Amino acid sequence: MFEAFASLLIYQILGVDPASHTGAALHFFVMDTTKIFFLLFIIIYVMGLLRAMLSPERVREYVRGKPKWLARTLAIILGAVTPFCSCSSVPLFIGFVEAGIPLGVTFSFLIASPMINEVAAVILVGILGWQLAALYIGAGLLVAYVGGVVMERFRPERWVEDYVWKIQMGEAQAITPDNSLSGRHRFAIAEVKEIIGRIWKWVFAGVALGALFHGYVPEAWVVEYLGGKDNWFAVPGAVALGVPLYSNATGVIPLAEAMLGKGVAIGTTLALMMSIAALSLPEMLILRKIIRWPALAIYASVLAVAFTLFGWTFNLIT
Amino acid sequence: MKNIKVLGSGCANCKTTLKLIEAAAKDTGADIELEKVEDIGDIMSYGVMSTPGVVIDGKLVHAGGIPDRKTVDSWLAG
Repeated sequence: MFEAFASLLIYQILGVDPASHTGAALHFFVMDTTKIFFLLFIIIYVMGLLRAMLSPERVREYVRGKPKWLARTLAIILGAVTPFCSCSSVPLFIGFVEAGIPLGVTFSFLIASPMINEVAAVILVGILGWQLAALYIGAGLLVAYVGGVVMERFRPERWVEDYVWKIQMGEAQAITPDNSLSGRHRFAIAEVKEIIGRIWKWVFAGVALGALFHGYVPEAWVVEYLGGKDNWFAVPGAVALGVPLYSNATGVIPLAEAMLGKGVAIGTTLALMMSIAALSLPEMLILRKIIRWPALAIYASVLAVAFTLFGWTFNLIT
Repeated sequence: MKNIKVLGSGCANCKTTLKLIEAAAKDTGADIELEKVEDIGDIMSYGVMSTPGVVIDGKLVHAGGIPDRKTVDSWLAG
């Protein structure tokens, strides 16, 4: 349906030659933007109607006082289903610390949350198919679990800013939501506006990059420099590239689609996606308010190593 | 007069929420005192981890996103 619409608009109405670079890029752009925004509206609205969104306040209550393995598993699952804006990571971190949740578990949550969320999951399935979606999500969960365990070994408590330990958190007050149908509808609409308002620019940037890649980058060049599985440097290169680049997980998907289409290896593509979504400079600067540089450096290195190992493994077995 | 506090450490959504309440108060002529709470310790003393949050006369009514205009109007009217 989206492909037919894009063909109609670009080739028939605008009369762009399908064989040209411009034609291929424009077609990709129109197809992916319409498809992604359509999916975004539907998922966010439905999730909003169900009010399935968990708040960090509730996550904290679920996780506190549980045995560590269970706390970590819960934190990761909840991190994956909770939409969370990086501007909330400071209060969230402090809230977890205050509840006596181990720092390693908090790090697991911080890793899982930007990498995986239900919106990105549906878009992944819609664009890349369920196998790759499952692979990406499974890898994200695993990295979050192991990453948190490894962080703990370094005893990151040493590097938490002093004021964090002193903050006293008030009792969470229950907010009684308006659960009538019209209340739910208004909530869902507000969610659609809020989330799309927050991520539309990442989606556009991702689709535009994907379209350029799709239309203009020759396949031979890709195979030579990025694609070959034997090129061991491609995976760490992709991870390093992802650090200065920052995007919402949803925005990375069209770029990944274009890369896979040109023959970039799966492991390399997934490593880039994870790095762009979870390892970012702005996120690090926000976290700097609560933890000092050594802990941040370890956090970034643990993730970079995990993504690289993961990318290599997949390039080997696929 | 109602005392309304917007909790948030200066992110874009927090500013939008503040403006929204300001505009709603102007339109409805509601008598309110609007405050912005930016200190992270103060924000968390309300038990809020997801910003922006809204507190009316000491009671938390909203957290974790921009409230919609109808909800804001109901706070001002109620």
